Amino acid sequence: MTIAFEMLLILSLIICAVSALMSRRLLVAVVIYMAYSLIMTIIWALLMSPDLAITEAAVGAGVTGILFLTTLKKIHALKGTKDE
Amino acid sequence: MKKDMWKRFSAWVNGTSEERGPLELPDTAVHHEKKKLFELSDEQKIRLFKAGYLAVAAVVCLAVVSVLLYTVFQLPLFGDPNNPAVNDVVERYVEKGLEETGAVNMVAGMIIDYRSFDNFVESSVLFLAVTSVMMLLLRDKNNISREEDIQEEHERIIEKEASDLILQKVVSMVLPCIMLFGVYVVLNGHISPGGGFSGGAVMGAGLILYASAFGTDKVRELFNMKTFKTVTSTALLCYAASKAYSFYTGANGLHTGIPLGTPGAIFSSGLILVLDICVGMVVACTMYGFYVLFARGEI
Amino acid sequence: MDGIIEKAISLRFEIAAVILFGIGFINLLLQSNLIKKIVAFNVMDSSVFLFLASQGYIEGRMAPIVTNGVTDAANYVNPIPAGLVLTGIVVSVSVSAFFLALVQRLYKHYHTVDFDEIMMLAKERVE
Repeated sequence: MTIAFEMLLILSLIICAVSALMSRRLLVAVVIYMAYSLIMTIIWALLMSPDLAITEAAVGAGVTGILFLTTLKKIHALKGTKDE
Repeated sequence: MKKDMWKRFSAWVNGTSEERGPLELPDTAVHHEKKKLFELSDEQKIRLFKAGYLAVAAVVCLAVVSVLLYTVFQLPLFGDPNNPAVNDVVERYVEKGLEETGAVNMVAGMIIDYRSFDNFVESSVLFLAVTSVMMLLLRDKNNISREEDIQEEHERIIEKEASDLILQKVVSMVLPCIMLFGVYVVLNGHISPGGGFSGGAVMGAGLILYASAFGTDKVRELFNMKTFKTVTSTALLCYAASKAYSFYTGANGLHTGIPLGTPGAIFSSGLILVLDICVGMVVACTMYGFYVLFARGEI
Repeated sequence: MDGIIEKAISLRFEIAAVILFGIGFINLLLQSNLIKKIVAFNVMDSSVFLFLASQGYIEGRMAPIVTNGVTDAANYVNPIPAGLVLTGIVVSVSVSAFFLALVQRLYKHYHTVDFDEIMMLAKERVE
């Protein structure tokens, strides 16, 4: 049962990585990368390292995503949103 | 002679060196004609280079992945207790950790007590990163044009007028919980999962949330460049000083004169609490500093 | 053949780490958009962390936090990879922040984030 769940997580991890890098819009790529980080958080918790889970949730999904989004705003890549 | 070389070197670095030397032969018409037969146009060259690059990249990547996969299949099974990674060092850390460092969370005890140099240099890496981002993005007279200034002012006015009421209300309710959780994670780093890095990142994210809801000007009232400098450098110096004291007294935590306390209490495990607070301060300041430098170009 | 499949199922995290490393590496080499390059770099980073952390896991043991005063090494997973990865995650975010700052400066100068276009523009400006 656990193995099946872990396989599911790994599969979605790989799908997220591929689709983040294949997507045409940069905003979509960044949002999917944040989802990738959240899946990674669950995997850290399953691998019995709660310290890593907390850090990844705050840093990987939170701060890195915000930095990417601010950069996207600065390079005018947010077309079709309210910011443009 | 030396001065001359230095001048030439600096001219080369700046890209203003004039003397190129007679590298190109004066080509005659015949020479030129002969050359043209084998010469490709620029576009063809680029296309050729791209195809070659694609092929080489694919081959290199496939080679690396197949070598790594081959190596992975030679590894011991996942979750095996006889894995060679589980050696005497691990046993020592697990069995003596509580007794020697007083930390219930072994990871915190390991990275902040046994391997504290590692942690110190890492905090310095964060400091270095925020310094280099500052060098690249800080707005000063040299790297800003008038148009950008006008645009910046324009954006600031938009931000002030179009403040989001829902976001502000939610933030004013949620923010105290986030900051409290950050402080909790930092202070309980030695008795539960977490520690300086995670708690600092949570606090930094809380500050970023506040700044994006109410504007950076509001945050600047309590957190400006001066506080940033003071807090970061004080935390790093405090870390260095407390660790220097611990090394001065024998580097084993036995003669520091600081009682380890009962495991599980907040005031326990000697210097770990102080060091965690220092790291948390540095990380929170760094994360917020990154955001403000990215969004506004000033702290 | 059965042995290989069983081994692959057992070594699932390591194999996933290698595949993610490959995906990140090929995109780092072939993408021409600098933001995508940075995302690929981050994917590569976390695949290395996944590999390291999976080496420290031991079946049926608890997270390395002393519970009920038991300090027997046979009760807890390996804490060393967790400590190393914790350091790595924070360094990776500062590295990507530095990259993004460089991208912003490049955009200011060339008004594009496409690597090939930047190279062409740079060549033109030199000439």
